[in-house]
Amino acid sequence: MSNPSNSSKLANSPEFRLAIIAIAVFALMSFLAPERFLSPQNLTSMAFQFPEFAILALAVTITMMTGGIDLSVVGIANFTAVIAATILTQFSSPDMGVAAALLWLGFAVLISLAIGGFCGYVNGVLVAHLGLPPILATLGSGLVFTGFAVAMTGGSAVMGFPSVVAWIGNERLLGIPVPLIIFAVLAIGLHILLTRTAFGLKVTMYGANPLAALFAAIDINRMLLKVYIISGMFSSVAGLVIMSRANSAKADYGSSYLLLAVLIAVLGGINPYGGYGRVVGVVLAVLSMQFLSSGLNMLQVSNFARELIWGALLIFVMVINTTNWSALKSSKSGLAKSS
Amino acid sequence: MSGLFPKGFFTRNETLVAIVIIGFCIIATLSDPLFFSVTTLSDLLRASIVLGILAVAAMLVLVSGGIDVSFTAIAVFAMYATTVLTLGLWPEMPWYFIFAISISIGALLGAINGIFIAGFGLPTLIVTLGTLSVFRGFLLTFVGSERISALPPAMRNFSRMMIARGTTESGDFYSLPWALAALLIVTVLTWFILQKTMLGRSIFAIGGSVESARRIGINVRATQFFIYVYVGALAGLAGIIHGSMGRMSDPFSLVGLELSVIAAVVLGGARLIGGYGTLTGTLLGVALIVLVQNSLIVIGIPSTWQSVTIGLLILIGTGLPAYEAKRAAAKAA
Amino acid sequence: MTDAPNDAFIKMQGVTKRYAGVTALDNVDFTIHPGEAVCLAGENGSGKSTLIKLLAGVEQLTSGEIHINGQHHTNLNPRISSAAGVMVIFQDFSLFPNLTVAENIAFSTQLSSHQRLFKRSKSRELAKAVLKRIGVDIPLNARVESLPVAHKQLVGICRALASNARLIIMDEPTTALTEREVRSLLEIIRRLKKDGVAVVFVSHKLAEVLEVSEKVFVLRNGKKVAEGPAAEFDAASLTRHMTGRDVPEVPPSSVDAQANTLMSVSKLSKEGAFDDANFELKAGEVLGITGLLGSGRTSLAKALFGLAKPDSGEIVLDGKTIPLGDPIAAANAGVGYVPEDRLTEGLFLTQSIVRNVAIGRLDAHQKSGFLNITSLVGEAGDWLKKLKVKAPDIEAPVKSLSGGNQQRVALARWLSRAPSVLILNGPSVGVDVGSKAEIHDIIRDLANSGIGVIVISDDLPELLATCQRILVMKEGAIVEEIEGASISEDELAHRLAS
Repeated sequence: MSNPSNSSKLANSPEFRLAIIAIAVFALMSFLAPERFLSPQNLTSMAFQFPEFAILALAVTITMMTGGIDLSVVGIANFTAVIAATILTQFSSPDMGVAAALLWLGFAVLISLAIGGFCGYVNGVLVAHLGLPPILATLGSGLVFTGFAVAMTGGSAVMGFPSVVAWIGNERLLGIPVPLIIFAVLAIGLHILLTRTAFGLKVTMYGANPLAALFAAIDINRMLLKVYIISGMFSSVAGLVIMSRANSAKADYGSSYLLLAVLIAVLGGINPYGGYGRVVGVVLAVLSMQFLSSGLNMLQVSNFARELIWGALLIFVMVINTTNWSALKSSKSGLAKSS
Repeated sequence: MSGLFPKGFFTRNETLVAIVIIGFCIIATLSDPLFFSVTTLSDLLRASIVLGILAVAAMLVLVSGGIDVSFTAIAVFAMYATTVLTLGLWPEMPWYFIFAISISIGALLGAINGIFIAGFGLPTLIVTLGTLSVFRGFLLTFVGSERISALPPAMRNFSRMMIARGTTESGDFYSLPWALAALLIVTVLTWFILQKTMLGRSIFAIGGSVESARRIGINVRATQFFIYVYVGALAGLAGIIHGSMGRMSDPFSLVGLELSVIAAVVLGGARLIGGYGTLTGTLLGVALIVLVQNSLIVIGIPSTWQSVTIGLLILIGTGLPAYEAKRAAAKAA
Repeated sequence: MTDAPNDAFIKMQGVTKRYAGVTALDNVDFTIHPGEAVCLAGENGSGKSTLIKLLAGVEQLTSGEIHINGQHHTNLNPRISSAAGVMVIFQDFSLFPNLTVAENIAFSTQLSSHQRLFKRSKSRELAKAVLKRIGVDIPLNARVESLPVAHKQLVGICRALASNARLIIMDEPTTALTEREVRSLLEIIRRLKKDGVAVVFVSHKLAEVLEVSEKVFVLRNGKKVAEGPAAEFDAASLTRHMTGRDVPEVPPSSVDAQANTLMSVSKLSKEGAFDDANFELKAGEVLGITGLLGSGRTSLAKALFGLAKPDSGEIVLDGKTIPLGDPIAAANAGVGYVPEDRLTEGLFLTQSIVRNVAIGRLDAHQKSGFLNITSLVGEAGDWLKKLKVKAPDIEAPVKSLSGGNQQRVALARWLSRAPSVLILNGPSVGVDVGSKAEIHDIIRDLANSGIGVIVISDDLPELLATCQRILVMKEGAIVEEIEGASISEDELAHRLAS
């Protein structure tokens, strides 16, 4: 076997392929609807739109790095948003002064982050300490979190916030949309966490081979708890952004986001069996999806058709990556000898 | 296997679920004596038909070591496409043709899952998440997104075909539709496949160890392909029954139900790692979920807590055996 | 029995198999006649497993020809192979844990008979008959997951017998059996041979099956190095052919009597695994722990590292009691553990070589939450150099390395943590012959530097070459303590399995 040169290595990386896809989609959409797609309005509106599901994708990403998955992200987002919304409607009012409203908003944000972290902790306990398969653990807990949101609201939207709440989702800072800033901070933070800390390396190594991680004396349970707590907190941030943009909170907002978040993570080159993934891939995947989504919108394609295209894309990407992953899978499923 | 009860009887999921069901019924009867009636029973049975057929299908997938979340999309696709097709081609089509079309459409969509899972070896969750939205997106974009309440007459008539109906001496009204027979047939057929054919035993074998199965020459791909086609066919059947009995073909219905179905199956003792699952357990799981969906209010829990309850049931149903297995593994290490 | 070449049941000619650049089998010829028993000998990594995988149709050959019963097969798969009567009992048994004993035994037979219906009563009858034929009693309705290892192996043998096998290949057939069980196995094999069934034993310790064999066939590094009538071989000559060495390794120098005790284990018990284990380990000592598969040797080793939690007892290291059942505490206290199964337990195959070493030292190179990557990688690189890991690029995935180099990577990870006790479970499993001796050198060097080493192994020459003291385990108990220098290989083998 000859050693691949650096350039061919780069060309083979999923991130490189993604960059091409992102550029291609952008070019295609610019070609098909040049005036509208490339208009400043559309570009900024895209920057406001994608962070909410992109943050959820980051949440799914970190759990997928361990070979797990978090299907409760949307549930956590809505649950924590409903709590924040309830706090805001109970204690603050639209005609309140800005300072007081900001104070209550800060309080609501803190509580919702804490609850998000706690929801993640519950997932972590289920997966790490009780040994539930992540799919079922987060499927079940996602229902529970959504269920709490339904039970708290009776299924209707919570609204009537002070105007400062809308800032999170709709304002700009130095001309940059706030949601985009939030997403960028979280993405860079996650990237640093995964590549520059002991925790991040443990996450990757555990994902590559959980059994070897056990034999290497890695504190697996603590690591998994942290992973799911981070995922939970990211989800609650997404929940706040959604709440701010919708100016309300509801138990069933963003129900199509779960598929989208998983799709973006997989599209971004995260190996669903664990052990490989880079945040830059996820960012590129987010951009491709947003260009596609927005472009389809300009072309008057219905929401349903978009769902169709997303699903097809998910499977298509999996088929493309299948050779790499099936090789990984077979090396991991080797039978352990017992004596 | 001597003694009154088989070994491990009391730690089996089936037993636990049965105990919970009985407990539920006792509490419900105590708080509302009307609960314990033939009417309630016939209502619950009716509500179990679609869920039951889907659960049998989902169980088969779990036994083989996979997970399917797309079967509700297949069901609704088959139902709606069949309705549209029937109305367009031959509105007077007899019910068995309608059913055959729906089952065939379901099988065809199942085959698409099968190609990606058995053919390409992709992870089952991600494939079926993808096909879930592909099937649904295709249906709503290209087939239609309007509810159809003017069903073909044969479908409407099917919902009126009763095995028995009447009023008991105490004045309780009851009715048992023929659709119930479909659940019965599906159960018996699946039992036959799983217990009496080499194909069925191969499904268990694959769930137990794919590598061993390959080594003794089981055709793993063909078996997996069969599973997803069969599951698709059952979903097609469940879909058309759902449409007929609800007297409406609603392209937005059913999707979302997959979590409850998987909950039922997991409660019944099927494990995600594959190799384990029984029809008895699955049907008991369905009974429990149907009780929760329909009668939660009777035992004093508001119906808004339904999804919390189902979520908790999934967690407990998978948590207990998972924790048990973890402890056993620690002991054996 | 006839030697006419046309009558050969299996005829392999010029068979070569390459995996991703590695030549596992190199132009090998191999024949088996009906009713013949053949010893296929070779160390781990010699290519013997590859050879049987080709015969079983699990793997496809790169070049060469395979004839079964006179018929040339170009596209062998497990179905064709077993239909032709070739049955393999793999070392991991390849059973279905969730199915019953009866079904496991009868499955392939029913599969190859092409019947579509499954008849439970028939499978029970068949299983019962086969179990009777080899004279063992295992409950037919028990799920295989609940059986002890030795019974699982017997179920594997029964499964092969249940089909009309014309050739049974047994991969490491005796690792889990006691001497008595081995003798009854040999009895069964004599009977099979009379019925015209051929048998291939694949093993790295073949002395026990030599008496029923006609032919010996030795592989080393993918090549045939010896072939001939069994009568011309004995245990010593087999070892010589397998290892390619004439001179036995130098036995270790004796332990300094003044050396202080590093680790002392007292009354360590775990139900169903090991019972009342007591021993001490001195600085600079290499202690061997051996026993058959299922004797509790691996459970004990895991318990020393906290991977299994004993019910009672105490482990004291450097005067301090280590909490039981906590690998992180054990590792922090200075215990290292290199597992037996490198590929699934020891290494992160898809990750880089340097990461596989560095994973052991992450916390030491972390400052205010961030890793000092330069010092982490630098240190790992130094250890790789010290252990002479031959790798063109330390950023390459560790799976690209040979078995011997992989084992050094696993060793480097633990050595970088400066352990006071290092537990090596099967230190040279799957390592080529040359590297094996070098790994033994490393073990002796470690001991000389004052580390206490525990070697868990059933490779007797390895134990004799490295250990001053050997503990023999049987059914969970330490039954004997032997001075390494005082015993011959044959004697040790006898005490192990009697």
